[in-house]
Parts: sequence; structure tokens; C-alpha cells
Amino acid sequence: MNGIHDMGGMDGFGPIEREADEPVFHEAWEGRVLALTRACGAWGKWNIDKSRSGIEQMPPEDYLRASYYEKWLWRLEKLLVDAGMVTREEIERRNAEMKHATGVS
Amino acid sequence: MSESGRKDNHHHRHDAPLSDTALRVKALESLLAEKGLVDPAALDAIVETYEKKIGPRNGARVVARAWIDPAYKSRLQMNATAAIAELGYSGLQGEDMLVVENTSAIHNLVVCTLCSCYPVPVLGLPPVWYKSAPYRARAVRDPRGVLKEFGLELPEATEVRVWDSTAELRYLVLPERPPGSEGMNENALAALVSRDAMIGTAKVVLTRKVTP
Repeated sequence: MNGIHDMGGMDGFGPIEREADEPVFHEAWEGRVLALTRACGAWGKWNIDKSRSGIEQMPPEDYLRASYYEKWLWRLEKLLVDAGMVTREEIERRNAEMKHATGVS
Repeated sequence: MSESGRKDNHHHRHDAPLSDTALRVKALESLLAEKGLVDPAALDAIVETYEKKIGPRNGARVVARAWIDPAYKSRLQMNATAAIAELGYSGLQGEDMLVVENTSAIHNLVVCTLCSCYPVPVLGLPPVWYKSAPYRARAVRDPRGVLKEFGLELPEATEVRVWDSTAELRYLVLPERPPGSEGMNENALAALVSRDAMIGTAKVVLTRKVTP
């Protein structure tokens, strides 16, 4: 299946931006998303192909806008919901509670 | 927090309010922990492994060994996964490895046009540029232009081979051993080998003088 992820040969993305002495993770949450993905993957509810195809199902406009680990978070939520490990409602409810608790409106 | 601790944790930004994304991750972790699906201590250990234990120093050891030990090099070329495991590096995203050798006639470059496949046990997690749209798009179409952007201009006569990684097969470039490094031991050689040289966007150069 083709899609926005199939970027080989595309024009117009501009120069390659590099960062000297780049940290492994730029924000603590990025490491957390990677670790959560590995830990949840260990339950064996999906394989690497399902996992890759998860990211590829992201709507193209979101795919282009999202950072790498934002894509991972989107995928992890989708895999967990698809596998029946959590529901979308549970995710949204906990997120709203957490926002409320930290005073973010 | 001690000064060195602060340096180690500079990207944790304890003083800044959490972004929406950071909050969302925290919420997901708390939900999963509550359901017994993840153990926060195990998550800490995973983060620490990627931050401290897996990185390009591993791959540099593989390269240095191949430079000084022809038998090892031929094992590496016959079955890279097994030869890399001999040095203790194996696991997720390194299950099937292929080593491609740079010579005076051939230069190899590795990309993952579809996403971010990368030989994690030997190089750690990929840098942001490797996962970025410009690199993924252009490495296959204009590899010489990409290399030029990295400051590497190859002679016209050099053949450039681009390897597009997949989830099944991942590549490690075996760079050319730099001239003048003949007297150096394995550790000194490993110290010369950069991450980018093992992706193919740089060559290995002698950064310090060898004692005559």
C-alpha cells in the first residue's frame, strides 16, 4: 500500500537538519513512549509488521506534522485499543483527569 | 541536584510545566501501570538501556575487530548477525544484519525510506535526521547530493550503493580503515569510528597522530 510514509524519491522537503551531540531522547516523555511500546509489545498482542503498519495508518496530514515519538504515541494508543488492552474511553478519561489535576485547562 | 546530575538530566526539564504530549504519555503510563500491563521500574530500565548501554560504540568495536582480524571480517561478511553476536551485541532490531564494505571503488549509504529501521544493537537509536523526511526522501534519489550536505564529496568514479533498510534486514557499513592507522590497536581504532561512518554519511579519518 502506498502512502505518505513511502517517502523515497519525494521532492521538496528541504535540507537535512542535523544536531551536534544529539541526546538519545530530547524530552523525558520520548523515552517513556519508547519504553511503554517495548513493554506493551512484550505481551505479544502484535508483531513488528502490525506495529509498522500502525504508524502508516496515521492520517497523512498528522503524519507530516507529528514528531517521531508523537507518531509512536499515536501508534501505541491504537495498538492497545485494537488489541483490547485498554479502551479509547479509558485513555481519554485518564488524560482529562491528569490535565485537571495539573491545572491545565 | 548535583551539578553532574543536572547535566545528566538536562533534558528532563523538571522545572517546566508538562506539555500536552508529556501529560498524555504520563496518563497512558498510569493507566497501563494500574492495569498491571507495565511496571514503571521496568520502564526506567528500558530507558536507561537505550540512553547508556546501546550506542555506536558497539558498532565501532565490530568495525575495529574486522579491521585487525581478517578471520573475523570474513565471518562478519558471511553471517553478520552471528559475528556481531560474538562481541555480545544482539537483540531487538538487529535480528538480521548485513554488513556492507566500503572500498576505494564502492561507497555504501544506509537509509530507511519508509520509517526508521536501523541496526539498533550496534548503533543505538537513530538520530533525528535519519528519521527525517528530507533524508528519507533524498538519500535514494540524490545520494551524492546528500553526502555533499554531510561534507563528503566522492570522486565521480566511486560507485555509490544505497541500501534501503526494512524491518527484516538492517545494514551496517564497514568503513575503510584510514591510511596511517596501521600501528593502532583495536581500542584506538574503535575510537576513530563515528556513527555516521557506519551509516555511510562520513568516512573514518585519523583524528590524532600515531606515535612514530
